[in-house]
Amino acid sequence: MYKYFPHTDDDLHQMLERVGVDSLDALYADIPEAVRFRKEYNLPEALSEMEIRRLFDTLENYTIGGPLTVFAGAGIYDHYAPSVVQNIIQRSEFLTSYTPYQAEISQGTLHYIFEYQSMMAELTGMDISNASMYDGATATAEAVMMAFANAKKADTVLVSATIDPKVRRVVDTYAKYHGIKIETIPMKDGVIELSTLNSQLSTIEGGVAGVVVQQPNYYGIVEDFTGFADAIHEQKALFIINSIAADLAVLKTPAEWGADIAVGDGQSLGIPMSFGGPGVGYMCCTEKLIRKMPGRIVGMTKDNRDQRAFVLTLQAREQHIRRQKATSNICSNQSLMALYVTIYLSVMGRQGLRDAAELSYGGAHYLCEQLEQTGYFKLKYQQPFFNEFCVTYDGDVDKLLAECADAGFMAGIKIDDHTIMLAVTEQRTKEEIDELVETIKQIREDAA
Amino acid sequence: MEGLYYSESHEYVRVEGNIGIIGISDYAQHALGNVVYVDMPEVDDEVSAGEEFGAVESVKAASDLISPVTGVVVEVNEALEDQPELINNDAYANWIIKVEISDKSELENLMDAKAYAAFCEK
Repeated sequence: MYKYFPHTDDDLHQMLERVGVDSLDALYADIPEAVRFRKEYNLPEALSEMEIRRLFDTLENYTIGGPLTVFAGAGIYDHYAPSVVQNIIQRSEFLTSYTPYQAEISQGTLHYIFEYQSMMAELTGMDISNASMYDGATATAEAVMMAFANAKKADTVLVSATIDPKVRRVVDTYAKYHGIKIETIPMKDGVIELSTLNSQLSTIEGGVAGVVVQQPNYYGIVEDFTGFADAIHEQKALFIINSIAADLAVLKTPAEWGADIAVGDGQSLGIPMSFGGPGVGYMCCTEKLIRKMPGRIVGMTKDNRDQRAFVLTLQAREQHIRRQKATSNICSNQSLMALYVTIYLSVMGRQGLRDAAELSYGGAHYLCEQLEQTGYFKLKYQQPFFNEFCVTYDGDVDKLLAECADAGFMAGIKIDDHTIMLAVTEQRTKEEIDELVETIKQIREDAA
Repeated sequence: MEGLYYSESHEYVRVEGNIGIIGISDYAQHALGNVVYVDMPEVDDEVSAGEEFGAVESVKAASDLISPVTGVVVEVNEALEDQPELINNDAYANWIIKVEISDKSELENLMDAKAYAAFCEK
């Protein structure tokens, strides 16, 4: 049992002797008896290697993306990542390296972050990107703090009712401890409207510092933000758009909508679903806001021998001086996950991204049609959608999802007792979609 | 410089009628080194004596700008947005903001050129 432990009894004995005590208990003599753990550890018996493998094989059967065919999204999507992504990620230079404290010594790390920034700026259409953040939710909360810091006096940030509720909860938590008031822009038929926004912008006491919307929204709908940027900028507020990164390959970009800050999660760009994380947060903004943008930014310059060199830049406020005045004190990035995105984007290219997005779009619309044809489902919102949509179901939603899972399908996310949200990616074949629909029909026929 | 009022945080104000022209002293620009960014308020913003209204970042430090007087910003030096180094060239010619002063008695709390020179010696 001890064969993989690095210290032999003899090693322990020598170390104890060196520090002048005769037993491990004597070494811990300063710890009061009352706080010591004296019970048996609640741990299972040791298993052999073969038994461990068998255990994990069993666990794997419960893993999303394993035997279950995934038709669920809600922020995490089952996109395909070319093998080269995992292959490069697994290199120990990347996988095991910790954040470089003398950053410039790690030119390789800074180089890929620079490439990541360049590609994210291009994808969102924005001027600049930071080196990545923890996830889409925290990136959105950081954008809210930027808007608050950018406003001289306004202390309210409007958040669309159509934003991912998980993101909203993180925003609420950040806002609460920074004295930022969050107000909801109510939705109508799955979207928010300019007239509603306008009346909120003009009536909120103390002024509005920023407006956060999501595109496509949480319910998969592609919203129309025409006129939003002008209305928001007239109040000197910032326009923040949260998007699932991969969808930007074919949608109008945040820059085209006139956004000041583009944020969201990059999981859709080559990162496995795992159990819903880790993802990576992206944050891009206009050049005007560069000094208010949190996190690291890698820049390209020349060294004293006139050679290309990468450096961390514009990090003074966050980390070194005037920290109390910083928008945020976040100092790090989500580097390994950003590397997934970097490799994925460079391998897929512009056309590859478009193809994946169009296949996802086509698949989702086909599935929606097929579900409606069964007669059990109805598209909930009569709005344009991307690769995810909500349907109302005329039966027991929980029961249907459970029975689909038994049949090998993760058939969507329950929104409420009558509504299911389904997503389709380029990984879902027509056969799989047909099979899901047939399975549902079978379930209903069996029940009848 | 004669005729200017100085604060202990190294801002100066030159008074022309009701307008106060505010910048940082030559001593301050020298101590900061190469200025790379000036964070300025906007026209119509209110500033208060003793309170921050912006910041100056140099290659080696970043420091708050503290207003020597209370009033409303009537003009900001937009040239500094693209050429912050102008402050190093001539800190007195390249002011940062112009303020409509609301209470001239606040000037009495500031130092004259001679007192400021002595203050910097310390």
